[in-house]
Amino acid sequence: MNANDAAVIIGAYEHPGRELPDKSLAQIHAEVALGAVADAGLTLDDVDGFFCGHDAPGYGGGWVTMAEYMGLRNLTYMDSTESGGASPIYHVSHAAAAIAAGKCSVALITLAGKPRTGVQPGGGGPARPEDAFEMAMFTGAGLVSTYALAAQRHMYEFGTTSEQLAEIKVAASIHASHNPNAFLQKVMTVEDVVSSPLVADPLHRADCCVVTDGGGAVVVVSREVARTLNRQPVRIMGQGEAGKLTNGGRVDLTYTPAVWSGPRAFQQAGVSVQDVDYVSVYDSFTITVLEILEDLGFCEKGQGGRFVMDGALVAPHGRLPFNTDGGGLANNHPAHRGGITKIIEAVRQLRGEANPGVQVPDCEIALVHGNGGDLGTRMRAATMILGRESA
Amino acid sequence: MSEVRRNPTLPTAKPPVTPDTEEFWKAAAEGTFLGRRCGACGEAIWYPRPICPFCHSTDTRWEEFTGRGVVYSHSVVRRAGGDWKGVTPYVLAYVELEEGPRLMTNIVDCDVERVAIGDAVEVVFDDTGHGSALPRFRPVSTSKED
Repeated sequence: MNANDAAVIIGAYEHPGRELPDKSLAQIHAEVALGAVADAGLTLDDVDGFFCGHDAPGYGGGWVTMAEYMGLRNLTYMDSTESGGASPIYHVSHAAAAIAAGKCSVALITLAGKPRTGVQPGGGGPARPEDAFEMAMFTGAGLVSTYALAAQRHMYEFGTTSEQLAEIKVAASIHASHNPNAFLQKVMTVEDVVSSPLVADPLHRADCCVVTDGGGAVVVVSREVARTLNRQPVRIMGQGEAGKLTNGGRVDLTYTPAVWSGPRAFQQAGVSVQDVDYVSVYDSFTITVLEILEDLGFCEKGQGGRFVMDGALVAPHGRLPFNTDGGGLANNHPAHRGGITKIIEAVRQLRGEANPGVQVPDCEIALVHGNGGDLGTRMRAATMILGRESA
Repeated sequence: MSEVRRNPTLPTAKPPVTPDTEEFWKAAAEGTFLGRRCGACGEAIWYPRPICPFCHSTDTRWEEFTGRGVVYSHSVVRRAGGDWKGVTPYVLAYVELEEGPRLMTNIVDCDVERVAIGDAVEVVFDDTGHGSALPRFRPVSTSKED
């Protein structure tokens, strides 16, 4: 039996229409999805894996947009691999691999378009159905201001303060001062952060990550290949992923999909928050770190402000050393995407190769968490637990 | 019927109209705030679409929403790009509608420094000049009934 035998195709449906001027592109995706799950004798609530190419309206890969549109609320695995007309044939095999790996058990794969009666596919991809209601052009929403909405609500519900958020930037800047490549070299104080100009209340300029060029890469190999190489391997102990959508308009900005991706990663790794020696936490803004730490269970919901005070995040001896390269807040945030640098610094910590002033002693287990989209809505997240061979 | 303003103070781009939303934009241009409701589970759906994201029924229909709500969260935007650069500071917000959904919008006709979570607001439409209008919200004057 090969790995693909772990899964079978159980439902299929082709839309009967050939000219559909009265249906939106998103609606056609939804109708074929309903048709295929019905053919299988399932419902959309059974679907925990979703696969689509760039023919779906979305953010350069439409799973989050279409999941919201159709109300796919139980997803544990998502894949927007785009390979033109061949995409669904990639998706079936990727779905089989995901099912074999235990990442999902019911995978839905959709493809739809309306080139006869709508916009031609290609270019930046089709328009998203939510765009006119939520996005920048119509509301002046920007990257900073959408995160600011979350910060404002978090402050309102839990009494979180700007000074507490500033502690996160201060810790990052201390770490960056040990990193000769870091974009920011100066150690900042809470006063420096809260006196920097407001960009979108309550977030100041210093609550934001740096804007940098650059990049990073990692290599994953089989155990067999690793044995032939003279380099300390890092275990991929567990990973979980999740999305958090607008939920038909029931937006809640105070928590992120880390509440789902975290437990999935911990469960697969067989460890808990108490076992984590170091965290690489996505830090597009200070509030991002605060909500994620709460959601991953490092403190109770609403207690993040108190948790990050008194140097808790500062390596090597804080309660929870984080982003010891200086993170996106002070070191590097290439392409406005912090995911790769989060993995790289966790690898350094586990190999004992972090900058000497911030190396966590006996770092056995590291958590990496990344996200994309806005904070608390239209958000995609992934948590990964990495470990030394001895972990 | 809510007010439709011909001279909006904020940039008012023409929205993409799809078969999902054509009715919404047409009504908005005439000052009527439409939402979608599911005939199967009864939930109010935002943004409008023909499939219910709560129970997956396709038995959904238009309903006139009251256009009243409260501020769920807000941010005074002090730096912006493009067309919005010239209109700072302005207020980006989520408003919780009486029907339940929370939608992203702007608070207009207000002192931007005094907007607060929980403020009562009502819809006002900003005309795009293309047969559609964008829903925005303004504080409800509490002194009206005095």
